[in-house]
Amino acid sequence: MTAEKRLTKIQELVYELKVSNVMRHPVITVRPQDHMSEFRAVLHDMKISGTPVVDGERLVGIISIEDLIKWLTEAEADYSIEQKMSKEVVTVYSDEPLVSAISKFEALGYGRLPVIDRANGRLVGIVTKGAIIEGLLRELEIDYHEEEIHRYRASHLFEDIRSDKTELTIHFHIHGREFEKGGEAASNLKKILKRLNAPPDICRRAAIAAYEAEMNVIFFTDGGDMQVNIMPDKIHIDVVDQGPGIPDIEKALQPGFSTAPDWVRELGFGAGMGLNNIQNCADDMKISSTVSEGTRLDILIFMEENAS
Amino acid sequence: MLLKDIARRLDLEVLCLENRLDCEVSRGYVSDLLSDVLANTRAGDLWITLQTHQNILAVASMNGLAGIVLINGRKPEKAVIEKAMEEKVPLLSSPLPAFEIAGKLYKMGISGTGEDAEGVQG
Repeated sequence: MTAEKRLTKIQELVYELKVSNVMRHPVITVRPQDHMSEFRAVLHDMKISGTPVVDGERLVGIISIEDLIKWLTEAEADYSIEQKMSKEVVTVYSDEPLVSAISKFEALGYGRLPVIDRANGRLVGIVTKGAIIEGLLRELEIDYHEEEIHRYRASHLFEDIRSDKTELTIHFHIHGREFEKGGEAASNLKKILKRLNAPPDICRRAAIAAYEAEMNVIFFTDGGDMQVNIMPDKIHIDVVDQGPGIPDIEKALQPGFSTAPDWVRELGFGAGMGLNNIQNCADDMKISSTVSEGTRLDILIFMEENAS
Repeated sequence: MLLKDIARRLDLEVLCLENRLDCEVSRGYVSDLLSDVLANTRAGDLWITLQTHQNILAVASMNGLAGIVLINGRKPEKAVIEKAMEEKVPLLSSPLPAFEIAGKLYKMGISGTGEDAEGVQG
């Protein structure tokens, strides 16, 4: 995943997550009447760098390690916390999106924000930059696991489905004469098979057979359709067009025989190898064709590796 | 041998994916017929051709080729280079003809069969 995508994911998460998802609780608090020496012990024992000051259930202030250092350097008497704390406390509500806590941190430069329950005004938690980072990482990890599970599910699709018959049908329309787009259906088919965890050799054989069939439709007809049925034990590729048809199938199957016009040959196609390539890749191939009505190609590939 | 060493020693112009030349080249193949390449190459082969249209990338990506060397100083259109980047197939170009490129590769120990070509005095 690219850095840009990650960034967008985080941007998405800071709007999606609530402060309550990342805040720490229960909150360690001190009382206004406690002394600075007690506050120092709390910071030391709990390994934190600040706490809200609570009187009963009411949030009355906030005090941090900065206040403690100031008190220590001025070598003052053991004041009560109430005398040294900040009384103007900036808080966030627990139901606010994470982004509002982040913008408060950015604007004010504080290390922590007490979290208040909007309904009853009580202190329910505390949020720090560290808590935000941890919360985001946790969420990203959950996403990552889900993606892994999705990947696993795609590659075990057929094993996971219990039924009497399971079949995945994929349809591609092939635009005749659109040489530049040639190979799109085949390369998409290869991607799908890879995703379904088909053996590499099967992916390759199915893709080559589909490619040759696709190019035939592009060069010789005004368009056609490819339907692929993927089953646990085999792949069936069915290509139908309403083109000119093949007058002599036996001849068409001879290696090197081709009716391709010069412009097709100049592009490196029309070497009379297409149908042979399909035959070599397929476990079974059937052609039926009626002149001036169209052609149908049935290709069968079994799922066991190296079956052909 | 790594594709980047081949590019350096044959003085090939790298048309795209300069940072993806760290792949090992196992064999070489010269052909201008796409079906022929599909039928006779395998993953890791280096393909030498005069064809420069988009479909060479479908072929190369289908068989997992290490890269494509365009001969006689041929340059593909911009859309083809974009397609190459999308399919992650390195495109290289040389003013030399196919015979020269193949000969130089063979001297460097790259053969068409995957068997050691290093009996040749370079």
